[in-house]
Amino acid sequence: MQADKFYYDNRIVKWFAYAVLFWAIVGMLAGLWAAIALYYPAINLGLPPTTFGRMRPVHTNAVIFAFVGNGIFMGVYYSLQRLCKARMFSDTLGKIHFWGWQLIILTGAITLWAGKTSGKEYAELEWPIDIAIAVVWIIFGINLFGTLVRRRERHIYVAIWFYIATWVTVAMLHIVNSVELPVTMWKSYSWYAGVQDALVQWWYGHNAVAFFLTTPYLGLMYYFLPKAANRPIYSYRLSIIHFWALIFIYIWAGPHHLLYTALPDWAQSLGVVFSIMLIAPSWGGMLNGLFTLRGAWDKVREEPVLKFLVVAITCYGMATFEGPMLSLKNVNAISHFTDWTIAHVHIGALGWNGFLTFGILYWLIPRMWNTPLYSRKLAGTHFWIGTIGIVLYAVPLYWAGFTQSMMWKSFSDEGQLKFQFLETVTHILPMYIARSIGGALYLTGALIMVYNLRKTIAKGNFIANEAAEAPALVAAPAPASRQYWHRWIERRPMQMLVFSLIVVALGGLIELIPTFLVKSNIPTISSVKPYTPLELQGRDIYVREGCYLCHSQMVRPFRDEVARYGEYSKAGEFVYDHPFQWGSKRTGPDLARIGGKYPDSWHYNHMLDPTSMSPGSIMPSYVWLFDHELDTAVTYKKIRAMQALGVPYPDGYAGQANKDLVEQERAIKASLKGDKISTGQNKEIVALIAYLQRIGKDIKAAPREQTAGAQDGRAVLGN
Amino acid sequence: MKFIHYIERVSGVSMYGLTSLLLFATIFGVMLWYAVRADKCVIEEIRQMPLDDDNLPQ
Repeated sequence: MQADKFYYDNRIVKWFAYAVLFWAIVGMLAGLWAAIALYYPAINLGLPPTTFGRMRPVHTNAVIFAFVGNGIFMGVYYSLQRLCKARMFSDTLGKIHFWGWQLIILTGAITLWAGKTSGKEYAELEWPIDIAIAVVWIIFGINLFGTLVRRRERHIYVAIWFYIATWVTVAMLHIVNSVELPVTMWKSYSWYAGVQDALVQWWYGHNAVAFFLTTPYLGLMYYFLPKAANRPIYSYRLSIIHFWALIFIYIWAGPHHLLYTALPDWAQSLGVVFSIMLIAPSWGGMLNGLFTLRGAWDKVREEPVLKFLVVAITCYGMATFEGPMLSLKNVNAISHFTDWTIAHVHIGALGWNGFLTFGILYWLIPRMWNTPLYSRKLAGTHFWIGTIGIVLYAVPLYWAGFTQSMMWKSFSDEGQLKFQFLETVTHILPMYIARSIGGALYLTGALIMVYNLRKTIAKGNFIANEAAEAPALVAAPAPASRQYWHRWIERRPMQMLVFSLIVVALGGLIELIPTFLVKSNIPTISSVKPYTPLELQGRDIYVREGCYLCHSQMVRPFRDEVARYGEYSKAGEFVYDHPFQWGSKRTGPDLARIGGKYPDSWHYNHMLDPTSMSPGSIMPSYVWLFDHELDTAVTYKKIRAMQALGVPYPDGYAGQANKDLVEQERAIKASLKGDKISTGQNKEIVALIAYLQRIGKDIKAAPREQTAGAQDGRAVLGN
Repeated sequence: MKFIHYIERVSGVSMYGLTSLLLFATIFGVMLWYAVRADKCVIEEIRQMPLDDDNLPQ
């Protein structure tokens, strides 16, 4: 048979590789900055963009979507061409994909620094960028499927299944979670509110971990591990089970982020059950990876690429064992809202994603430049510095998380809470310092890698178009009698796409529908009213500054939380919260019952200099709120948007909203004046105080039977 | 105001839990059946795919 001659496109892989290296350093620097801000808040230099609340989303977005995102594309564009024995479908689409993605990242970073955020973790980017992401993702999809259609290989290798599932699921998650109503060019409100918003967000958030950080990287593992070890994967049968079980189970596990919250019990239980089941496919995949190296462990000792891959797969195994453990309600009661979660995700990010990317880069770049690696010794140094960095990062945070949780839950013999919240924070500051040293080591390793690869590139000759040949794919022979349906599906990318979509969409729908369909699912509390215009404006400032990244608004039904914060949170309290602000980490105390707890002047002084009210506090000062004018020109649009989302402001209220706003502002200024504080006209700080003083107060006006825990049979849980 | 009481008012709410379990069990069962019974030669052929694409000198 006549073989076709063709060329693999290495240039697009090179671009993505450069992007990976660049964004790795940016993302890690932002992370290190945020880590230092936790014990040295003055590192923000008094500037809004460099405070923790804005640096943290820049860090997470840069690492997830820029570093890992470009890592996915680098690996996919390299492996897909070879597994399909075909050049990418379109060089032009590849270029648009590459530059479009970099532009999204750059715009994303700038807007996040500027405080333009939708306030939903890992989906912070505002609506114009959300649309751009969808467009670029579709372009990537066309290129992916176009290449598959033109392939010269009959079978579709398991790595490609993972790529297909990634593409389809990320598209679905992104679109569903990003439904939002634009108010201005850089401001939107989530379509969903409260409990529903939380459920959609964590259905998205968890599956972003699953389908952006896990499945595409498993695809890369199934390709690059056999390449690097020069032996096929241990069990291809196991990889089939791994794939289907993983994508099916993962999609259900999201609610484990909301245990003990106001989320319906059945949804919590569903999340837990599926999370536990996840151990099986995850460990199946890990063992498949490790067993591939059986009989080749001598190579692992010599070869830096394999060292990185082995630690990456081991970290995958650790994180996927820990994840299900953390989703057990009794473990989650301890771990949730603490640094334990941060340690857990960094085993995944630094170990699994980071080390797998490094391993692939060390393998890929010498090949594409047709030269040996500049220094294997330096790569070995990187490996050890990175590994020590991970340990030094994670161990102190596990310790910090566990210690803090135990301190939160400690009662004295008299039945009083033993520790003030602040004491539990200052106690773990040494652990924060150790963590940032671990992070700095990891970053140092990455810099060594950049140097090493730079030198490798300098001495090599880049092969932009790599010659290859393969026979053209002829029509499949008539199906044999033992033709299994799976062989039918595994040869056809479109069927695979449809089937993957059905599998993941079913999971999502069954999980989400009951909460959406039935109004009575969210029991309304008649005393819960929409926010006043000033409070709404204040809430938007709260979102802008990323307060939710350190403060939760969710009192769980535990003895210590009820004693510390007040009555536990009810689903009906959040019906007007677009977006919800429950948070996922308590670096500062919960704020669900902060309204009315302190006088206005306390908040004023606290925002100006947190240590004046709470000596030892690690919260940064928010001086700019005292200078910035509140943008009242958008009040009208905001009220109209809220009305469109179903918030029951009276008809025509938008027009008179600013009148009410001024009136409430006057009242707060008068109260501040009573404490000898005078503030200028129309300052942002007043709006923020108005919002803080409102949080969690409505329920107190409700009749007893609507809110009392004892009467609804849901007793407050002990520790 | 216990949440679960409201959920119980949804007609046929138990369907959601049951469906999920059934779906999972079915898909997993079928996959397992396929994976175990799949043709050995085909499996071996696909397994070798990543190693079958080298054009560059190593």
